[in-house]
Amino acid sequence: MSDPGHEAGGVSGGPGSHDWEDTSPERLYVITGGRSGSLGATPIDLVTLIVAASGAKPGMQPEHAAIVRMCEAPLSVAEISAYLALPVSVVTVLVGDLLTAGHVLARAPVAPAQLPDLALIEAVIDGLQKL
Amino acid sequence: MDFRSSEPVAGPRLEDALPATAAAAVKVVIVGGFGVGKTTLVGSVSEIRPLTTEETMTQAGVGVDDTAGVERKTSTTVAMDFGRISINEELVLYLFGTPGQQRFWFLWRGLFEGALGAVVLVDTRRLEVSFDVIGRLEERGVPFVVAVNSFPDAPEHSLEELREALDLPGSVPLVVCDARRRDSSRDVLMTLMRYLHSLAVTPEAS
Repeated sequence: MSDPGHEAGGVSGGPGSHDWEDTSPERLYVITGGRSGSLGATPIDLVTLIVAASGAKPGMQPEHAAIVRMCEAPLSVAEISAYLALPVSVVTVLVGDLLTAGHVLARAPVAPAQLPDLALIEAVIDGLQKL
Repeated sequence: MDFRSSEPVAGPRLEDALPATAAAAVKVVIVGGFGVGKTTLVGSVSEIRPLTTEETMTQAGVGVDDTAGVERKTSTTVAMDFGRISINEELVLYLFGTPGQQRFWFLWRGLFEGALGAVVLVDTRRLEVSFDVIGRLEERGVPFVVAVNSFPDAPEHSLEELREALDLPGSVPLVVCDARRRDSSRDVLMTLMRYLHSLAVTPEAS
């Protein structure tokens, strides 16, 4: 596995046999099918919580399946990005696919319009006091 | 990196999972120069070990950061450490620590949009790093407080002197902290929240 030229011999001719750098543009392009940004109706933020609506399905793209699996409990887009070691923009595209397909649900972040809501700030203060 | 098969092993440890009741999340951004203690602060209050996420910056970032050894001329990767605090069963607070000496983090789409506010973490030995950060937060209308991370060998300054040096308006809270200590970091966040509370009660104060 330290040989950069060859994957383990048993893997025959799979497309994953390229020794791409993890964040190389080529690899990211393939993962997202060349798309960028969030095209879906649901705006996806760094702290949008994602929850799986169903289990991972056979035939899912590996990255899609990984997201569905790790989102059994709610998980933010930032955490998904960290665990998958993929940029946020790529994860945003992948999560958008899963949302469109109904495989996951999004719990939208609390986005204050101008200034945050008093009740929200008070809740945070209460929570911090318990730390 | 050995798991590039159809079964990637990734995800939070069981004890790092949020409760199923978690319904909404908010974020606070910790900004400051390199080595000022952002990740230390995040780590001292976070319930999870700080995680790292990254974004690839293109276009506008080109040529700004000459020192990072960027091999691709059209993109630069900016990493950000973050942590998490469960406020209650429904609400989660995320803390994002961003490298203040870079300009990229203002280009990071969605980092400041929707953020409750920011903490500017300051090292008195390198005050100049903070000017740019503070100016940009003011431009963007992001409410912030300033926390001075006390390093043992840092020169002693009174808060008044620091406020003057940073050209901080009297309304912006300025506190001293020890980012290594959970209670001290917690108090910094409390200072920000109380400040946000005061702004929400009297919006004209901003």
